Amino acid sequence: MSPRNGRPNVPVTIDGQDVKAFEGESILELARRVGVPIPTLCHLEGLSIHGGCRLCLVDTGDHKLKPACATEVTAELDVTTTNAEIREHRRRIVELLFAEGNHICAFCVSSGSCELQDLATEHHVDHIHYELGYERHDVDASHPKYVLDRDRCVLCTRCVRVCDEVEGAHVWDVAMRGNEARIVAGMDIPWGESSACTWCGKCVVVCPTGALSFKGRATGEMRHDPELVAFLARARDEGEWIDRRAEA
Amino acid sequence: MAEPNVRARKAGADGEGHPSGDDRFELIDKALKRARFSQDQLIEILHVAQDVFGYLSPDLLVYIGRALKLPPSRVYGVATFYHLFTFEEPGDHSCTICTGTACFVKGADDIVLALSREHSVAAGQTTADGRFTLTTARCLGSCGLAPVAVIDGEVRGHLDAEAAVAAVAANLAASANGDDGAATEPEPERIAEPAGVAGEGN
Repeated sequence: MSPRNGRPNVPVTIDGQDVKAFEGESILELARRVGVPIPTLCHLEGLSIHGGCRLCLVDTGDHKLKPACATEVTAELDVTTTNAEIREHRRRIVELLFAEGNHICAFCVSSGSCELQDLATEHHVDHIHYELGYERHDVDASHPKYVLDRDRCVLCTRCVRVCDEVEGAHVWDVAMRGNEARIVAGMDIPWGESSACTWCGKCVVVCPTGALSFKGRATGEMRHDPELVAFLARARDEGEWIDRRAEA
Repeated sequence: MAEPNVRARKAGADGEGHPSGDDRFELIDKALKRARFSQDQLIEILHVAQDVFGYLSPDLLVYIGRALKLPPSRVYGVATFYHLFTFEEPGDHSCTICTGTACFVKGADDIVLALSREHSVAAGQTTADGRFTLTTARCLGSCGLAPVAVIDGEVRGHLDAEAAVAAVAANLAASANGDDGAATEPEPERIAEPAGVAGEGN
């Protein structure tokens, strides 16, 4: 994410391809730069690293798999981004995410604009082998413009981070732990009563699932825009405003 | 009687006093000052608050959050993450039964069941009259005494259901007979002492 000075000079092998990495670069940054795909969910360019979803696990020849987003490259590192074991881990992670929430795409506002849905397709998740865990949480529709459906939340904490790091309001945080963990506004108050919320909607556009959506959207009508954060981070840090739509 | 009023006014004068005028907030303020209002001292402050009040009320969390200038969601998130913090007022008397492996094998479940039947209260809850709180713990580290329970702060080993029910009943009866109530008595003492120190320090 951050600009790199000079030339990459750390020799790394990634999926058999010899490449040069910048010092301090994460395996994920390197992989994206050289065009090797690694699936992610909690990671979002422009925000701090969370390392919570574990979908970017890669094999570095160590005794355990490492999250690519939170692991810096070292010289002569030999990274395998995909093998049968890693694929199985990723498929199970996606399955578990589905099992613990209300992820019924046919009834979801974000169907078609959902990173969890894309991951399920990519990892051929057509069955859930675990007991379904919802409904555990409630819906917060107290905000005039947005809705939070906690049973569709995967606790990626993108909303928490974007509100804290980009907007600076820190309306959101994760409360409780384990199975009870959930996103809360302020002192667990209705979102609409939060005095800190600026109504900016950045938490809504970065949400990878249907947990946060614009009010009044029907099934499949929600469209997220997580890349907005990379644009904002670049504008803020570099003073460069790159028109994303013109670029695309 | 005059002293608390003076303190309450003083607390109110700097704009951070609690509307309730509760003296116990003096102890929180003292801990905050000692921590130099450092935001990373949040957990320590929460411990002090729980020691002083017995539980963390929403008002208390708001108060601490404001003092440390932390977002309310952060304070709430940190406090609810740790099992050591409680958010409901505990009963006058308490019984924590260990349900760790050794105690489980030795029949801790029977003790939990007997006490919850006797007082019509589920584990982790307080009776409707606020007299008794029944909780469980994963392991108290005294496996040699299994099954073990902590009744009003006192560790009791080699218990069975009958003995546990009797011990709790004895404590409940003792405070019901004594006019002052064993559980409420120590509180003013504990508060009076540090509050005086705080006064000198300022």
